[in-house]
Amino acid sequence: MGAYIVRRILITLVMLLAASVLGFGVMKLTPGNYFQRLLQDPRINRTYVEQEIAKRGLNKPVTQQYGLWLWRLGHGDMGTSFIHNQPVAKVIGSRLINTLVMNLAAITVTWVLAIPLGIYAAVHQYRWSDKLLSGLSFVGMSTPGFFLALLLMWIFSGLLGLLPAGGLTGVDHDRLSVAGKLADYAAHLAIPTVVLSVGALASLQRITRGNMLEVLRQQYIVTARAKGLSERRVIYRHALRNAINPLITIFGYEFAGLFSGAALMEIILNYPGMGMLMYDSIQAKDEPMVMAGFLMGAMMLLLGNLLADVLLAVVDPRISYR
Amino acid sequence: MAKETFHDETAVMAEAMGPWKLAWRQLCRHRLAVWAGRILVAMYLIMLLDGFLCPYDYDSQRRDHAYHPPSRLHVFDAQGRFHLRPFVYGSGYTFDPVTFERRWTEDPGQIYPLRFFAAGDSTTMLLSLIPIHWHLFGVDAPGRLYLLGADYNGRDIFSRLIFAGRVSLTIGLVGTTISMVIGMLIGGLSGTLGGWGDNLIQRLCELIMLIPGLYTLMILYNALPAGLSSVQVYFGVVVILAFIGWASLARIIRGMVLSIKTSDFVTAARAAGVGPWRILVRHVLPGTFSYAIVAASLSIPAYILGESGLSLIGMGIQDPTPSWGNMLHDAVNIAELTKHPWLLWPGAAIFVTVMAFNFLGDGLRDALDPRMRTS
Repeated sequence: MGAYIVRRILITLVMLLAASVLGFGVMKLTPGNYFQRLLQDPRINRTYVEQEIAKRGLNKPVTQQYGLWLWRLGHGDMGTSFIHNQPVAKVIGSRLINTLVMNLAAITVTWVLAIPLGIYAAVHQYRWSDKLLSGLSFVGMSTPGFFLALLLMWIFSGLLGLLPAGGLTGVDHDRLSVAGKLADYAAHLAIPTVVLSVGALASLQRITRGNMLEVLRQQYIVTARAKGLSERRVIYRHALRNAINPLITIFGYEFAGLFSGAALMEIILNYPGMGMLMYDSIQAKDEPMVMAGFLMGAMMLLLGNLLADVLLAVVDPRISYR
Repeated sequence: MAKETFHDETAVMAEAMGPWKLAWRQLCRHRLAVWAGRILVAMYLIMLLDGFLCPYDYDSQRRDHAYHPPSRLHVFDAQGRFHLRPFVYGSGYTFDPVTFERRWTEDPGQIYPLRFFAAGDSTTMLLSLIPIHWHLFGVDAPGRLYLLGADYNGRDIFSRLIFAGRVSLTIGLVGTTISMVIGMLIGGLSGTLGGWGDNLIQRLCELIMLIPGLYTLMILYNALPAGLSSVQVYFGVVVILAFIGWASLARIIRGMVLSIKTSDFVTAARAAGVGPWRILVRHVLPGTFSYAIVAASLSIPAYILGESGLSLIGMGIQDPTPSWGNMLHDAVNIAELTKHPWLLWPGAAIFVTVMAFNFLGDGLRDALDPRMRTS
């Protein structure tokens, strides 16, 4: 197992390197950069801009620029953002936390609701409650997240005035008490959390139901029932564990999406997270920022996949990696 | 065993009908899939007849009708007289003295009856191949008919919603076709080659699959040169979406090719002296078709959502060409959305289309996967 993880991490590093080449290449497909746009602005001192371009090595060939970027990255320096004029790591810091909070809230809600609902639907197969849940799941899976977000904003923020219209904090946030601040955050997180949960919840509930039904058909469940165990014990002790095992993989993928999965939602809801930052940076051609976000997104996806594989081996003794 | 008796109805029927006909029969049994299919056929027909079915051209503006609310059709006029032909009143607005919001009022003095097969804006239909200036219905100018309200530029949302089908309904088909062709060829090649070529292609697929999707889409969109025509932007967006989409398909096709490659009929073909390329295209890839069809129908919603998402944040199809995504762009401003909730209609169109494709894909999977076949 240890050797397997080491090998996977090595492959991960190679893949990250390849992803960075790809990202850098695509980003450099368009001629021009942030500073060359500044040159067209007559109010800005020309020599200053040319100095900046030279300082950042933007006048060198692309391959040299990539080499320089990689060399700095190897020394733990992600570069300086063009628009923020601050180290990239510093700009990303707070945005990263915001994104993680939003995604963790959504994942928690999803799993806390989906597993019990899936089990309930499986145990009550073909009853009206199961059919209702199935119907809701299909609707949930087909509802585009951005549409649901706009719909909820319209109803709860626009019509009812119950929730704030996007963003992370209200105007008076700084004047609130600690409890008031928390409530303010919660109100702002409500819509993104619900929207992000709905789609994931719908499919996770379906998968849990399917797994559970498959397990309930197995011989050992019949044996357990024949022994005279209570239905409760059969379901929660014998069936549940085997039904949940395959879901571990999905958890790994959700971890992978923690970082970049909700970018569209952030942009629509004006939420100051990584997705929003990337949207602004890509449009302004803030290259160090784009590369950092791109690479971190890829890293999370790779780690998520690795996590899924390792967790699966941990919980399922039939799987072994050499 | 049931298999050996002649009374096994399915076996006899399978022989008589062939796999495709059997699959079709199975699909027809899936009630939701049939309804989804009907809805989609209707939507595509509407898309083909767009210029004729809508009262206005997609870019027909009335600046003084910004955010005009949905028109009300009347049959009784202000004097209480009955009109057989429904009509709309002319409209005007006053400003609210406090908020400066427009208050729309109907003018009972101006009556514009609904006319069928009326001449109006010259526009096009059949994917802009046929010019047309006849419309199924409309009202005489200067009256305007807004079935679903108007947008910021005073353009009829109903007309734009239907015209937007040209982008939103075709992008799924075109994008899926592109990624399927690439996926089947590269996946097939990878499986046939084996060795280091296979290895290289698989690592490339993994690379495409691990880069963060939306970031890549945004970077690629920004790499499109400025000043493209709307058709060029459309194909740019399709290619960008397909760039992300082909890899997962190629991986699965490769797996199928690896298993088909060892079957007897491929060995027979090789023994008969058929070249490797011909074996791939004529003998191996057809075996992956049924899977590819299911995968394609299930990936269409992803393209529709991809285009809408990109257009919604201003990185896709650009105004004035309508797409359901860029029409929703106006709704992102919650203050405007609250005052003009009809801006949300394109979202409903996306929802219905995506749901229909999901159900159809579900039905196709059941019909084409013999393991899931009932009876």
